[in-house]
Amino acid sequence: MSGWWGNPWRRPRVLLGFTALYVVWSLLPVLIAVMFSFNSGRSRTVWQGFSMRWYYGDPLRSVWHDPSLHTALFHTFRLGILATLITVPLGVAMALGLDRWHGRLPQGANFAVLLSFVLPETLLAVALLFVVTTVSGSWQPLHLGISGQVAGLVTYQLSYPVVIVRSRLLTIGAQYEEAAVDLGASQFGAVRRVLMPMLVPAIFASAVLVFADVIDDFVIVRYLSGDSSTEPVSVKIYNSARGAPTPALNALASLVLVASIGVIIVGYLAHRYFTRGEDTHKRGIEAFASEL
Amino acid sequence: MADRSTPRGSRWIWPALAMPGIIWVTLLFVLPLYVVMAILFGQIDPILRRPVPVWNPVKWNIIQFKYVLEHIVGSQGYFGPALLRTAVYVAVASALCLLIAYPVAYYTARFAGRRKGLLLALLIAPFWISYMMRMLAWINLLQNDGLLNRTLSLGGLLDVHVNWLSGHAGTVILGLTYGYVPYMILPLFAGLDRIPVSTLEAARDLGANRFEAFRRVTWPLSRQAVITSMLLTCLPMLGDYFTNDLLSGSPQTSMIGNLINTSVLTPGQTGQAGAFVMIVLIVSIVPMLLYVRANREGEAMRS
Repeated sequence: MSGWWGNPWRRPRVLLGFTALYVVWSLLPVLIAVMFSFNSGRSRTVWQGFSMRWYYGDPLRSVWHDPSLHTALFHTFRLGILATLITVPLGVAMALGLDRWHGRLPQGANFAVLLSFVLPETLLAVALLFVVTTVSGSWQPLHLGISGQVAGLVTYQLSYPVVIVRSRLLTIGAQYEEAAVDLGASQFGAVRRVLMPMLVPAIFASAVLVFADVIDDFVIVRYLSGDSSTEPVSVKIYNSARGAPTPALNALASLVLVASIGVIIVGYLAHRYFTRGEDTHKRGIEAFASEL
Repeated sequence: MADRSTPRGSRWIWPALAMPGIIWVTLLFVLPLYVVMAILFGQIDPILRRPVPVWNPVKWNIIQFKYVLEHIVGSQGYFGPALLRTAVYVAVASALCLLIAYPVAYYTARFAGRRKGLLLALLIAPFWISYMMRMLAWINLLQNDGLLNRTLSLGGLLDVHVNWLSGHAGTVILGLTYGYVPYMILPLFAGLDRIPVSTLEAARDLGANRFEAFRRVTWPLSRQAVITSMLLTCLPMLGDYFTNDLLSGSPQTSMIGNLINTSVLTPGQTGQAGAFVMIVLIVSIVPMLLYVRANREGEAMRS
């Protein structure tokens, strides 16, 4: 033991143990919660055997049969898709523009985007709620419910594509585009035919991130939800977790969990495919994580 | 860097690309913050108890803001304890986050070797599990007949009936720590991973022991990452109310986020909500500017 401790190049066993403990602590509670979604009884603390009762077996209270549960699930995915479809093009265009356009206005906009990334989400949610409820008039397109929720989510998520695409633009540099223009391409053509293909991994990574983040969002979607038909899964969990929920709530949460992790895995595989020809020392998960 | 605009290139394309985003951010990020001010310094409809925003800053009335400020300290300081609690909880929870995240990130960056990818995937995983799901998991474990109490009672030997979920500051702080620690590990890992191993080897060759090398090389080089990751966990905690609602639900542990949440939903108190929002904004503006500056410097260094 003293020999091990005295060795200056010993393996860091204490750190290894600590890291292993952390991984268990961070993931085990969630795995237990997922496990109880398969419980055959209605307890969320005592294991009574495996069943699919809370997914589709129970004729009244399973996710499949309880309309309040599957409405929440559909709404979650609807928000995820809509918000991603708006955020990514808006953010990519903004990143390209802000990267090359110099001046006060783009600088200020860049500042605002970075600020929105670290602003406590509750503040933005309250501010948008005030806008929706007090700025009234037929010209105002935002209402409580899906329009307000999507607008809020896009605002909050816009920083992802902007930051990711801009950092990718920094590594690409201007030379490819300049070469294209020198060879006779228009500026627009150079962006479309040279820059865009090189940005595909970054665009894809940001789309995956935005989608996975939106379906987990709680603060914005809760304040901007109208009635129970526009309450997604996160709000459903918040509303019923402290009551006496059945394992159907765990089942509902598990389904969203599977969707998030699934999208991230697809994103990771696609990212590896897109960057397969790249000559970088980092590939795989590390490179994908460094896009985050 | 050379002038990026090409002689032939049409310059209008960049503003045209940026404009939709800029308009969006102005309308839905900058303007809403102004609406908060218009409500905070505005009137309340005496009958409907609805806020009446005052758009003209000249006519702003500070009565609602004054009401909140007057009730922070003194004999009628209803809001004071919650603000103090917020400061303590956020400080303790983010210190715990750092104590947990730093060793984990350090191990992953320096020693994980071939298993780095797998370990990183496990560390990122909680990031993609919804916050509500993770809180739900703990509610299940901490219930009266939950796994924790049953483990503590050693399978029925002891009689343990701790009500973990009714107003324990410790539960809330641990919940915050559990909730936000993943957000700290990634930026810390990125910072630590960037430190060249050669600097450490040099320190060791020159006679520093493990701890000396850490204290005089690794720690100073990672300071920027520590600050960034602290900001990324502290700032969202300032607006957190749901951790408290789910793991305690008692006013004895409520934080400023709970004050915002309660007053937003109470008719006639909307202006107060605006005041709390302003307080959080004022407290967090300096850290946010620090973050933006650190981000810019990082960008400048990379380019």
